[in-house]
Amino acid sequence: MINEIISMNGYGAYVWSAFSFTLSSFTILYFVTKLQLSKEQKRFASKFGSLNFEKARVARSQNINREILSNTSNI
Amino acid sequence: MYKSFEPNKIFLITSKAPKYVLFLFIVVLTIGLTEALVLSPEDYKQSDTVRIMYVHVPAAWITLGIFSSLAMLSVGSFIFKNKNFALIAKSLAPSGLVFNIIALVTGSIWGKPTWGTWWAWDARITSMLILALFYGMYILAWSIYEDREKVIKITSLIAILGAVNVPIIKFSVDWWNTLHQPASIDILSTNTAIDVSMLIPLGIMTVAFALFSLLIFLMKYNTELIKVKNKGLDRL
Repeated sequence: MINEIISMNGYGAYVWSAFSFTLSSFTILYFVTKLQLSKEQKRFASKFGSLNFEKARVARSQNINREILSNTSNI
Repeated sequence: MYKSFEPNKIFLITSKAPKYVLFLFIVVLTIGLTEALVLSPEDYKQSDTVRIMYVHVPAAWITLGIFSSLAMLSVGSFIFKNKNFALIAKSLAPSGLVFNIIALVTGSIWGKPTWGTWWAWDARITSMLILALFYGMYILAWSIYEDREKVIKITSLIAILGAVNVPIIKFSVDWWNTLHQPASIDILSTNTAIDVSMLIPLGIMTVAFALFSLLIFLMKYNTELIKVKNKGLDRL
């Protein structure tokens, strides 16, 4: 059974390489996108941390900024 | 209506959705791979090489769908002057390009045992390659130009010009005598040349691929929104 699945009637090299290429592309794209997101979140957190009290208060008044900060703490 | 396209409101949803989409994608992909590689039957003519269809066809469908969306969003950003449309389009492009490359590479792998060649300059394959070039130009334009107004105009133009190629890809197998086989499934009618035992894994893999493109879109869109907010912090 396992041998049949691996050999695919002699076409295993074609079938498995097509599926491997697809799944590797998915994995690479997922991790590259995740890395870009976490980089941008860290940049946001560091910029937010350098704001003075008044500016931080204004920035914190926006829901989206609070949401980004809460997600950043989960990285 | 356009107020619901406000980034602030969208971010509340898009920031929470990826983990659920990722979970659903893994579940559907696992079922799809089991169906495609183990449970579905081999073809009487193509033998087990037919299994490549389960990655090649969904990838081709999704890349065409994404490019059509890019073109519609570009037209939308021109008409409604809504920059968020451009941001959504920009976030869709990377997964569109990857699906295009997957369709080309897996098509090439499938071509060797069935046609006896890795590549042929026939209408379907060449028009898919042209689509990949349009995706490449679109993504490159976003990284080259700094001026936001200018980059939205240029990328919209690329997407709209590239959209002309989409019907050419779809009908190339009918308009020209190609090595690539004609469409086996017609979404607009119930006619299909594929047996249900192969149609089910094809459907499941298509759902899995659509979920993956949604996942990448959400993550990319969140990245773009945070970039905008980073610039906002600079202006404070």
